Amino acid sequence: MKKRVYADNAATTRLSRPALDAMMPYLTSEYGNPSALHTMGREAKLALERARNQTASVLGAVPEEIYFTSGGTEADNWAVKAAAELGKNKGRHIISTQIEHHAILNPLLCLEAQGFEVTYLGVDAQGRISLKALRDAIRKDTILISVMAANNEIGTIQPIAKIGKLAKEHKILFHVDAVQAIGHIPLDIQSAGIDMLSLAAHKFGGPKGAGALYVRKGISLPSQIQGGGQERNLRSGTENVAGIVGMAAALEYRNARMGSHMEKVLLLRNRLIEGLLRIPNARLTGDLLNRLPGIASFLFEGVEGESMVMMLDLHGICASSGSACASNGHESSHVLKAIGIPRQLSHSSLRLSLNEDNTDEDVDHILEVLPSVVARLRAMSPVWNGSRENY
Amino acid sequence: MWCETFSDTVIEHFMAPRNAGSMPDADAEGNSGDPDCGDSLTIYLKVKDHVIEDIRFMVFGCVAAVATSSMTTELAKGKTLDEALKLTDQDIVEALGGLPENKLHCSVLGESALKDAIQNYLAKTE
Ligand SMILES: Cc1ncc(COP(=O)(O)O)c(C=O)c1O
Ligand code: FES
Repeated sequence: MKKRVYADNAATTRLSRPALDAMMPYLTSEYGNPSALHTMGREAKLALERARNQTASVLGAVPEEIYFTSGGTEADNWAVKAAAELGKNKGRHIISTQIEHHAILNPLLCLEAQGFEVTYLGVDAQGRISLKALRDAIRKDTILISVMAANNEIGTIQPIAKIGKLAKEHKILFHVDAVQAIGHIPLDIQSAGIDMLSLAAHKFGGPKGAGALYVRKGISLPSQIQGGGQERNLRSGTENVAGIVGMAAALEYRNARMGSHMEKVLLLRNRLIEGLLRIPNARLTGDLLNRLPGIASFLFEGVEGESMVMMLDLHGICASSGSACASNGHESSHVLKAIGIPRQLSHSSLRLSLNEDNTDEDVDHILEVLPSVVARLRAMSPVWNGSRENY
Repeated sequence: MWCETFSDTVIEHFMAPRNAGSMPDADAEGNSGDPDCGDSLTIYLKVKDHVIEDIRFMVFGCVAAVATSSMTTELAKGKTLDEALKLTDQDIVEALGGLPENKLHCSVLGESALKDAIQNYLAKTE
């Protein structure tokens, strides 16, 4: 069989074994509805609450602060819209960043259409916001600061604790999209002064379609979905029991091994970065130090991203590119634009994202294949002026 | 013509593009697309007695853009300029066995660069 290397773990991850094992009973024999009174219902309810306890304990929260959702997007939507609803009598100003995921940017657009005002903080060339700019942006009527813990395209980690401190000083609600960070880097909700936090199971070895929103006790969150009263009447609908149980198991598993996983993934990733930067006119995007362990993101001048991804795929390598053709009405990556990458170059991006499932052989395979893919595409590129030799 | 995903022909042309490369002694060249938008195609022609004797292309673009460019040159090679001027993006898509809907615009790249090259040739030789 042809070797297959999965290097798209920032898009989604393989279900971890402990998660699958934990889910199995709820996909087979334990299929009761958690709202039902009978034994099977009670068993499902217990499983749900065990998962809530596990999730809370990993996050350093209490179970009442955890609301299960269908994933990161729903948690983000809920948080942003809830904060607007809660704060609208105090003010209508929100601060976020130019590099958030669309799960934040698009709800913010909705709020703008409803009369809220949003300041999108710019970032430096590494993708970090400036605390001074944040301080300057805070107004009397600011009701929410929403900043992602780590970026999905370039892996840059924000100074979350410092942002939380500023938010607290000004008594502004602080939401963190931690979808890429949870299970990958340590994040202490309490010391970072986080009021709300979004996470998604499938980014850390849990199943797709399960996520959670952490909401600090004392915040009277408006309901997200109305119906039968699940999730303390705030998010109705029969719970995704297996998914939630799998998420908690994956989170616990990941968290217990975070140190060793980070070490392993960092070594692989650094070797990948070193090797790929030997390609002429290759450039790393994002911050070298404040960076998610698994993300290696590049620009390869003269080569279009999608064709790179496709050619890698035909060599058994799964990667991704933030580049999208603008002739189709799409805009190219808002993240690369925010870090100052010129438009043409922003079409040359490639993201390889590793996790603890990856091996040294995976990195070897990528280092063997990618340079020649870049060379082959450059050989027929009208915008590449450099050497047309094979690397 | 529309299809869900890339046809085998598209993948095949993408992996082994026909007539890729530049042509320093071309009789004319034509361009389409905009590198700032993520797509750019240059087509080079060698013309003899009103017939496209040789053709080359250089492309910066998506999978469909590469396959389209390759197919365009294959369809145009050996045709008279008048015949080649009649090639449409529709013909190119059909020869490729269809393109996904959001990729149909890529096929326009091929038609426009070819037309541009032929018109540049005619303007030069008139
Ligand atoms: C930073 C960030 N936020 C939110 C999301 C959305 O999560 P989901 O796809 O699970 O809804 C993602 C996933 O791509 C992400 O990377
Ligand atoms: S040229 Fe725009 S997506 Fe193909």
